[in-house]
Amino acid sequence: MSLHLHTAAELARGIRGGEYSSVEVTRHFLERIARGNERLNAFITVTADRALEDARRADAQVARGEGGPLTGVPLAHKDIFCTAGILTTCGSKMLGGFVAPYDATVVARLAEAGIVMLGKTNMDEFAMGSSNETSYYGPVRNPWDEARVPGGSSGGSAAAVAARLAPLATGTDTGGSVRQPAALTGLTGLKPTYGRVSRYGMIAFASSLDQGGVLAQSAEDAALVLGAMAGFDPRDSTSVDAPVPDYAEQLGKPVKGLRIGIIREFFGEGLDAGTGQAVEAALEAYRALGAELVEVSLPALPLSVPTYYVVAPAECSSNLSRYDGVRFGYRCERPRDLLDLYTRSRGEGFGAEVKRRIMTGTYVLSAGYYDAYYLKAQKVRSLINADFKRAFQEVDVLMGPTAPTPAFPIGAKVNDPITMYLNDIYTIGANMAGLPALSAPCGLVDGLPVGLQIIGPHFAEPRVLAAAHAYQRETDWHRRVPPAWA
Amino acid sequence: MLTRRDVENIAHLARLQITEAEMEAFAGSLSRIIEFVEQLGPIDTDGIEPMPHPLEDQVQRLREDEPVESDRRALYQQNAPATEAGLYLVPKVIE
Repeated sequence: MSLHLHTAAELARGIRGGEYSSVEVTRHFLERIARGNERLNAFITVTADRALEDARRADAQVARGEGGPLTGVPLAHKDIFCTAGILTTCGSKMLGGFVAPYDATVVARLAEAGIVMLGKTNMDEFAMGSSNETSYYGPVRNPWDEARVPGGSSGGSAAAVAARLAPLATGTDTGGSVRQPAALTGLTGLKPTYGRVSRYGMIAFASSLDQGGVLAQSAEDAALVLGAMAGFDPRDSTSVDAPVPDYAEQLGKPVKGLRIGIIREFFGEGLDAGTGQAVEAALEAYRALGAELVEVSLPALPLSVPTYYVVAPAECSSNLSRYDGVRFGYRCERPRDLLDLYTRSRGEGFGAEVKRRIMTGTYVLSAGYYDAYYLKAQKVRSLINADFKRAFQEVDVLMGPTAPTPAFPIGAKVNDPITMYLNDIYTIGANMAGLPALSAPCGLVDGLPVGLQIIGPHFAEPRVLAAAHAYQRETDWHRRVPPAWA
Repeated sequence: MLTRRDVENIAHLARLQITEAEMEAFAGSLSRIIEFVEQLGPIDTDGIEPMPHPLEDQVQRLREDEPVESDRRALYQQNAPATEAGLYLVPKVIE
């Protein structure tokens, strides 16, 4: 079997067992990127020299009998994570020349785990988008059908792993930006509990929602990466100081007796019929494995999207005020005065969707509107959270579709922000309540992948990963590779 | 419905220059977004506490007020558009 068809766990075992070296594996993926990236536009920066340097170090570690379960495995970082000495654009013209002066904690921890960095992946500008079409560096194409979007905002990471240009990639998820692209490209995507993974060095979008995650080929791979990147970090004020369990060790927990709540609100109008059938079939597979299926209702959950489009733009308008053309980032030519410097640097440096969200946030936070919009949205967020709490008194995990439809054509939704926002209708709830959630591939509809979403209570990543792993032992959807990239 | 004046005002508050071509598109799409989020208005939230943060029981950590960072100004200023003698340069503010 060709190297790129192996999961990360398999590659790590092969490297440890001396079947091949990390340098050989790394060269294989660098060659695939060199041949394939032009078609997909998945990478903004390829760090070939750094990758080979990392690989040689990993091989030396293995030769000394050292290293862990990921040593020598290549990975691509979403270009939202700061990487010391390497261009970090966040998909924006604003950071077109920004060379990060330090590593994000996620980057540093994965490097310590022996991960090889292949490069930085394309993304929606400042992670604001659901199709990877808002990137200043151009849209990313879906390896399953290159006329379609890969989802977003971690679209480059999703396309890179789906096309097996990388065995693994990091992502971030504010409203679905790991899970939705994972669903649309046939990957396993995990958004951990809020506070589980450090946000230090992860360029901020909406700070009460942002969380780092991973796009992988299996629940096992996601468990290994989460184990390496999770944990307390004093440099992130909302990082949670709680021990990191051995996620890989707990993967084998059987689903017999697991109480699965089926979210009624996720199966109504707007759900594509084929997607719904694939998700129902996956639920039947759980029943056959001995899980107990219960229908649950979370009546406030349909309010997630309007709540999100108050809370996230409000936080974004505050976070992105740092881009002022003074200390770093884009500066306009020949500013007349300080106000002109601010307004033109920001006006020229940000794309349309980022400006739209900054303005939405500015509006909902402005004098006279704060109570009606922002405070109201925070109260509705409490209602959504209470719904989840009630549900988790009855069930162990919640399940439903990840996205309402398979991947849509590039350009189909760019002119209608509301239609675009509704792509995240099933994913935003977990961000509102800070819950861990995963998307696992559960079928193909007209040759396009669709995802099953599994949501757990706070810090129940072991349960969510074990549930996905049990399904992946019975099915092979997660091993399907886009025909053009096998 | 947001007017052109509203958009100009929001853009000014956000320190964003909006071109003539963008103005009309933003007035339309921002209006649709505001209308969309207004469905929250009628929801009964009497007595409901606002939720600013997803982990309710967590308190903001404090640390000792001691310096932990070293001076890395030169490194950080490599990303600055214009500096001189360790200072950031901006257009003249006071005549």
